[in-house]
Amino acid sequence: MRLPLLALLAKEPAHGYELKHALEKTFGSAYPSPNIGQIYVTLGRLEKDGYVRAVDVEQSNRPNKKVYYLTAVGREALENWVDEPTEGPRVRDEFFMKLVLAPLTGIADRMALVNRQRRHYLSLMRDLNELAEQTDPGNRVALLLIEGAMLHLQADLDWLERCQEELP
Amino acid sequence: MTGTPAIKAINLVKIYQSGGVPVPAVRGIDMRVESGEFVAIMGPSGSGKSTLVHMLGGLDVRTSGEIWLDGTRADTLSESGWALLRRRKVGFVFQFFNLVANMTVADNVELPALLGGATPRQARERREYLLGELGLTERASAAPAQLSGGEQQRVALARALANQPRLLLADEPTGNLDSRNTKDVLRLLSDVHRKGQTIVLVTHDARVASMADRVVSLLDGEIVDDGALPRARRRPAGTVGDVVELRG
Ligand SMILES: Nc1ncnc2c1ncn2[C@@H]1O[C@H](COP(=O)(O)OP(=O)(O)O)[C@@H](O)[C@H]1O
Ligand SMILES: [Mg+2]
Repeated sequence: MRLPLLALLAKEPAHGYELKHALEKTFGSAYPSPNIGQIYVTLGRLEKDGYVRAVDVEQSNRPNKKVYYLTAVGREALENWVDEPTEGPRVRDEFFMKLVLAPLTGIADRMALVNRQRRHYLSLMRDLNELAEQTDPGNRVALLLIEGAMLHLQADLDWLERCQEELP
Repeated sequence: MTGTPAIKAINLVKIYQSGGVPVPAVRGIDMRVESGEFVAIMGPSGSGKSTLVHMLGGLDVRTSGEIWLDGTRADTLSESGWALLRRRKVGFVFQFFNLVANMTVADNVELPALLGGATPRQARERREYLLGELGLTERASAAPAQLSGGEQQRVALARALANQPRLLLADEPTGNLDSRNTKDVLRLLSDVHRKGQTIVLVTHDARVASMADRVVSLLDGEIVDDGALPRARRRPAGTVGDVVELRG
């Protein structure tokens, strides 16, 4: 989560809750929003590494709040991140391990594993459909994120079908 | 789960003859679809999905077994008997559209409604509703050959729904559609299903299948899975954290 926070701070200085809200507002409910504790831990690390600094801002009837801003080093790290190509998706599928290994041990039958997994993928897809319907049609970022998740899920399902065809 | 099922198939078998060699495409399928139910059929290519729905719609003759539609034995019908039954009760969306080439889109869609006994005005209103829902209002006076594959596919769906059939059979109805047009089709299917339409549909598209009440999976001409989708366990705060993981 380090770089998204740097990116948000490059726009304007902010405190932890503002960053949390900005992430939620941008990515919508498909994005598993980080809890505020994680955000402060990450900000603490970024501060230690010299990427951000914090200033205390007094508030009238509440404790001071810390407002974070980006340093020159932080901006450079952000620029490097943006400039690099990003790793493509990798197959890191726990289900595939089950499918290949479990029948060897006699614990499970492949057909049953595949069927259960297919139903699971389809129920996830139904959730994504519902989520897409509930998402503000103006929030393009959130809708694209959901569509991306759907396309990945479709690929998983197609692969499942190939496994069912090829593995006895 | 009582009442007359929309479809009942008993030990349905189809064996094609290909150059003197028997090709078993469907190998003993038992299936029951309740009235108002939405069933998706999935499976690898060559697993017998098209053959199954073609037999259920009387477009392919079964080798053995029984087919009952709405309580009536159908597998013993003659070709004209099937044609009459289809006209009254079944809408079919083919994988390869089969639109009438020398008729406009509007006429293609109105025709089955007129044949089914609708007045010209009812047929027109139904056509306007269906083409509107599928984003095709502008194409009403075009000829099928002037349409893209995706447009033809949506016209085929509109045509199949024109006379509000008791049963909609569809073979990969979103196979040629991009994501946005698929969304229109999904919306229409869920709308007519909500109003009681029975649907049996072959699909590879997980978005389409996930809308069904039940998913039937075929492999090598047999049913290997048949069941309702599990209600996904509720995730905290409505997220789908299992699927979405953004890194950075
Ligand atoms: N007209 C035909 N003549 C001979 N074999 C056919 C014919 N139609 C389909 N088949 C064979 O029957 C099997 C099932 O085909 P099909 O029902 O089209 O599968 P799916 O729709 O699941 O891809 C395949 O092996 C296919 O080659
Ligand atoms: Mg097919």
